[in-house]
Amino acid sequence: MLKINNLHVKLEEEDKQILKGVDLEVPAGKVHAIMGPNGSGKSTLSYVLSGRDGYEVTEGDATLDGEELLDMEPEERAAAGLFLAFQYPVEIPGVGNMTFLRTAVNAQRKARGEEEMSAADFLKFIRAKAKDLKIDADMLKRPVNVGFSGGEKKRNEILQMAMLEPKMCILDETDSGLDVDAMKLVSEGVNALRDEGRSFLVITHYQRLLDHIKPDVVHIMAAGRIVKSGGPELALEVEHNGYADILAEIDA
Amino acid sequence: MSTAVKSQAALISADARPASGAWAADARADAASRLAAMGLPTRRDEYWKWTRPDSLVSAVADAAEVLDYEGEEPLFDDVDRLKVVFVDGVYDAEASDALEGEGLEIERLADAAAKDIHWAKDLYGVLEARGQSPVNRPLAVHNTATATDGVVIRVTGAVSRPVSLVYRHEDASSDAILHSVVRLEEGAKLTLLENGPAAARFSNVLEVDVAKGAEFHHVRAQGRDHERQAITHMFSQVDAEAVFKSFTMTVNGKLTRNECVIDIVGDNAVAHVAGAVLGDGAAGDFHHDDTVFITHYAVACESRQVFKKVLKNGAKGVFQGKILVKPDAQKTDGYQKSQSLLLDDDASFQAKPELEIYADDVICSHGSTTGAIDEEALFYLRSRGVPTPIATDLLVLAFLADAIEEIEDEDIAAEVTGRLDAWLARRRD
Repeated sequence: MLKINNLHVKLEEEDKQILKGVDLEVPAGKVHAIMGPNGSGKSTLSYVLSGRDGYEVTEGDATLDGEELLDMEPEERAAAGLFLAFQYPVEIPGVGNMTFLRTAVNAQRKARGEEEMSAADFLKFIRAKAKDLKIDADMLKRPVNVGFSGGEKKRNEILQMAMLEPKMCILDETDSGLDVDAMKLVSEGVNALRDEGRSFLVITHYQRLLDHIKPDVVHIMAAGRIVKSGGPELALEVEHNGYADILAEIDA
Repeated sequence: MSTAVKSQAALISADARPASGAWAADARADAASRLAAMGLPTRRDEYWKWTRPDSLVSAVADAAEVLDYEGEEPLFDDVDRLKVVFVDGVYDAEASDALEGEGLEIERLADAAAKDIHWAKDLYGVLEARGQSPVNRPLAVHNTATATDGVVIRVTGAVSRPVSLVYRHEDASSDAILHSVVRLEEGAKLTLLENGPAAARFSNVLEVDVAKGAEFHHVRAQGRDHERQAITHMFSQVDAEAVFKSFTMTVNGKLTRNECVIDIVGDNAVAHVAGAVLGDGAAGDFHHDDTVFITHYAVACESRQVFKKVLKNGAKGVFQGKILVKPDAQKTDGYQKSQSLLLDDDASFQAKPELEIYADDVICSHGSTTGAIDEEALFYLRSRGVPTPIATDLLVLAFLADAIEEIEDEDIAAEVTGRLDAWLARRRD
């Protein structure tokens, strides 16, 4: 599904290399987690994959089902099936949540040559998805993320994911700012979307999210590279001993 | 240097004035002499620093091509309304509804002016004259002296059916001058709609007297003809517990200046003025000026100025807005917002927000900003699959939303939003 090959990325504004040769492959239907200390390049990886401005790829590539991702505009990546759940979802005053989602769903359908969803079908669809995530009608009517609590914003991200039905979902620190109940709700939302045709890349600082969203593979990222990969037990190791031991082991 | 300029006629001769009965003749003569004393605006006037008055005071109006609306459904067609149609400033009886309605008296200005005695005497040119201080507004005075028609409306009850003034433009060289007055008696209620380009050059004055507890709602859409020019003035007096709300939508137009002067004279009254503007210089020159002056004379009144402009390709926007709070106007709540969204480096926006406050217990503030599209929001939308042009337009409409929210009637607000959306979509495809 997602294949990242020797990816090197630097910040456009300053001459600072952030990613220094990331290799990663997430097969269809799998959940991979990336853990790592602050500043290791986890969020940069998610931004580069989704096409945010400000980064320059100096070497390497990334493909989604064989299609070169890095040549595409952000909206083309989305239509190709990539979804990023933002660490800090953006507030958009004046744009209703429902209008936003309908525009997005139909834009993607149009880009894929599919028919647009009728207003009635859309309404039915969104109501069902929103109910699962305990998102009420009021939250759908309000402007996108404006005045939403931290938990509401993250639930709204998952709602978008559920509506857009992407193939490849990247969750960037979705657990940050969530209390236990909200984390459970968000995780249930993600787990409900797990499917043999859909893959997840879960970026997190802490192991606790991975109690709820069980990964198949855990990668440790440090200083712009994947330095260690293993099973779910690797996350527990980090939880107990911190990153220091693993990093020391690699340096040795 | 100027060739034939109206100012040569700053002394407007008696034959230039429309045929009038006694009261109207007096009002027009008075305006003509006031105009002679103040003269027409020139580029040297501080109040015309950012908008050149030349093409508004020239003796002959610049021609303006009539836009082909290509069978598009006219605005407000779905609204149950009392329609009064003017074509290039000339009343069209056939296209208009009968001038009658429950809870109101409505008459053409031309008819009212022909009578020797009329209630409009107490308003016509009266609120306008009061609005000449502390700043002269000579084009309004010129209008009072020379307006050929308009409507005079007296509202005595809560009128549910809006009065809709439709201004058609069919003659590329027309120069129309209309003047309307509205008097809302105590507790009365009226919605006034105005739409259309009106003429190649249009001067319009609206005087509105809102008595105690009355409600006046005004929604205006200025026509899309690219070369048309408009100078409009609204003068209003708002009494205790009354509500005055006005919204204007402007897209296209070579030159538009909308002046609004409101005196809040009774306690606990509310006055809101709003405007939403879309200007694209690629389709022709675009210059839009909102000039607003709200004076608080009474206690515990609320005023809002909400002006939003989206400009690109050399389109120019101007905002001059003032809140003046007189010494007795304690507990005033005044807010003025003028914001522009510049979609490229060629567009420009000039703003002069002013507060002048002589009372000590008031809440008054203003926010004037000029900005570009929010890149974070744009990326967020694109990351969800929304292509840049659609995402940009969504953010443009979002930017205009709080001006549109000033429209009380939800259906009309939705129609206005739909028209703005359609304008954006036409440029996208």
